[in-house]
Amino acid sequence: MDVLLASLVDGLLIGFVYGLAAMGLTLIFGVMDVVNLSHGALIALGMFGVYLLFTGLGLNPYLGLLIVLVLGIILGMILYAIAIHPLLDGPHLSTLLSTFAVSMIIIGVGTMLFTSTPRNIDINLGSMVLGPVRLQGTRVVAALVAILVATGLYIFMYRTHVGKSIRAVANNRDAAELVGIPSVRILAFSFGLGTMLAMVSGGLIATLFPFSILSGGTYELKSFVICVLGGLGNPTGALLGGLILGLIEGLIPVFMPVGWTPVIEFTLFVLIILIRPSGILGAR
Amino acid sequence: MKGMRLFVTVLFILALIVTGCSKATPTPAPQPTKAEAAPAQQQAPEAKAKTLVLGFTASQTGKYAKESKEQTQGIQLWLKDLEKKGGLKLSDGTVVNFKVKYYDDESTKERVQQLYTKLITEDGADLLISPYSSGLTAAAAVIAEQYGKIMITTGAASDSIYKQGYKRVYQIYTPASRYLTGAVDALKAWDPNAKKVAVVYEKSKFATGVAKAVKAYAEKQGLEVVLFEGYEAGTTDFNPFINKIEAAKPDAIIGGGHFQDGSTFAKQLYEKKTPVKMVAILVAPAVPEFAELGDAAVGVIGPSQWESIAKYSPESAKAAGLTWCGPTIEEFVSGYKEAYGYEPGYHAAGGYAAGLVLERAIKMADSTDPDAITKALDAMDVMIFFGHIKFDTGEAHGLQIGHDMVYLQWQKKDGKVVREIVWPEAAKTADAIYPLER
Repeated sequence: MDVLLASLVDGLLIGFVYGLAAMGLTLIFGVMDVVNLSHGALIALGMFGVYLLFTGLGLNPYLGLLIVLVLGIILGMILYAIAIHPLLDGPHLSTLLSTFAVSMIIIGVGTMLFTSTPRNIDINLGSMVLGPVRLQGTRVVAALVAILVATGLYIFMYRTHVGKSIRAVANNRDAAELVGIPSVRILAFSFGLGTMLAMVSGGLIATLFPFSILSGGTYELKSFVICVLGGLGNPTGALLGGLILGLIEGLIPVFMPVGWTPVIEFTLFVLIILIRPSGILGAR
Repeated sequence: MKGMRLFVTVLFILALIVTGCSKATPTPAPQPTKAEAAPAQQQAPEAKAKTLVLGFTASQTGKYAKESKEQTQGIQLWLKDLEKKGGLKLSDGTVVNFKVKYYDDESTKERVQQLYTKLITEDGADLLISPYSSGLTAAAAVIAEQYGKIMITTGAASDSIYKQGYKRVYQIYTPASRYLTGAVDALKAWDPNAKKVAVVYEKSKFATGVAKAVKAYAEKQGLEVVLFEGYEAGTTDFNPFINKIEAAKPDAIIGGGHFQDGSTFAKQLYEKKTPVKMVAILVAPAVPEFAELGDAAVGVIGPSQWESIAKYSPESAKAAGLTWCGPTIEEFVSGYKEAYGYEPGYHAAGGYAAGLVLERAIKMADSTDPDAITKALDAMDVMIFFGHIKFDTGEAHGLQIGHDMVYLQWQKKDGKVVREIVWPEAAKTADAIYPLER
């Protein structure tokens, strides 16, 4: 029973971080119908952003996260201008290829600069014991930061003019243009937000696990599963999907060999696509 | 005019052929070797000098280039040391010298097989040393055995090579099946009350093989394996798995896989303050970057074939009741540094050890007759700077059964994390941290 509880808590905490990563992917897809294949590379970039600020400047990883957040938005907007905007009206395959190219470039340059040796941010916030559960400080903080960012995003999307514009463009770009919303700028900003989410979640993961420039792939894959679980294009669903994935990863090892975790995850993925293609929260 | 042109052309072609030939002549350089070696052999009984051809391939190019270079440098240093001593003197006054012959195998099995055949049939190699890596060594061993040549393998930890019934292939490295069994011995020695171990491993061929061997060994030693489970190679979050391990309440955790998973596992074990007394995992702790984990690295144990800080010495050999031969660790390290400008790792040490074992075998046999050398190798039971050397003479003929891995433990000294050797007793540089203070 204790094991169950401990694993439940562990799974939920990491689930928030997974959810945050998936939100970035799903936001971009929801707003501009682009499947961002550079998502994983951007997550890895976020990891290295925080790592370099930490090892180079001695900056606290959570402060570094703030810088990574700002850089993420800027980088995302630049990427949009270069790799997305010129191809947005073309077939889906074009943006798929261009984002994949971006991913290859980031990973290629990263491998050259940092090699694929695993890195680690040596940070320990201690741990606290709650009944049978031992909570690791870094994990709790990561979950809290993820919740904070997700809430911030939610408020931004529903309470601010820009946020509302994003939703308008997502709904119907032509109609949004008609009422005077500068859709290109909104799209660029949305891509910036998506990139920011990927990089921030990467930075959070970097405080939890050792990583290399190639680590993004794992989380990109998880993000895809989560997006499908929660409903493609639905950021709230993504957070929920993240929690579900975290729970699965936490609880399955209690009942069966850990090797079964990915099997169950991807079986669920296929089942959702077959039975409820719009995801649990059913997006648009 | 036309004839002139033809003439010039023919002359030109001839010139090409001649220069081509003269360029080609250095290539069969082994020829003189063979020519020298053959008369030397005939003269052996009455004359005082004898040259044996020692052949091997080195991966000068390809994926094993770095490790192989170290290994080759180790062999060359051994040869240089032997030459400095004026060769190997036998009791009948014969002085044995070695002529080393090697080629680039490009890190491929195909080249290895071609080149070992060439070494034996064309260069007249009398004795062989393996290439680097288990895969290439397996390929080379087949050829050596076909021609009935003695081969010392180094840089190759695989067990399977010695299950083929080969008669003249001998291993220097500790085989994979014993990578972690020393951790079980250490646990029993440090804490007779320890009863339960959890064996957890990455589901890769190497780690699974090691884990299975540890499980069997631990059970034979009367320990209870409370959890035996593999994890996927790409696992990043070990927390759920650790919860499961904690529920099984082991005294020690043994296993691991490669660097990334091993370091993540170690870090999370530390953060969760998992109440175990010992953590011993493969590969990761032997990599210098493991120190980046900081406090999480402290106390973690990992196996290594050899470390320059190991304490094998004539004294420890005496304590273990073994004969010592060859240079001390300090002599080897300083000699290597002098020759190549940096500290040797275990690849280089393995190369030197291979040469040294051959030298010792010939000395023991007091003859250069292959059968006598084989007999000497079968009977060998010595300690050298690389550790204890003894070969299996039973079913797994040639398998290394004397040499033990040394076990490193990361410890904290003056605020810095450093590696210390804590097992076996003969090699240790510091007392182990046991139980873990968490």
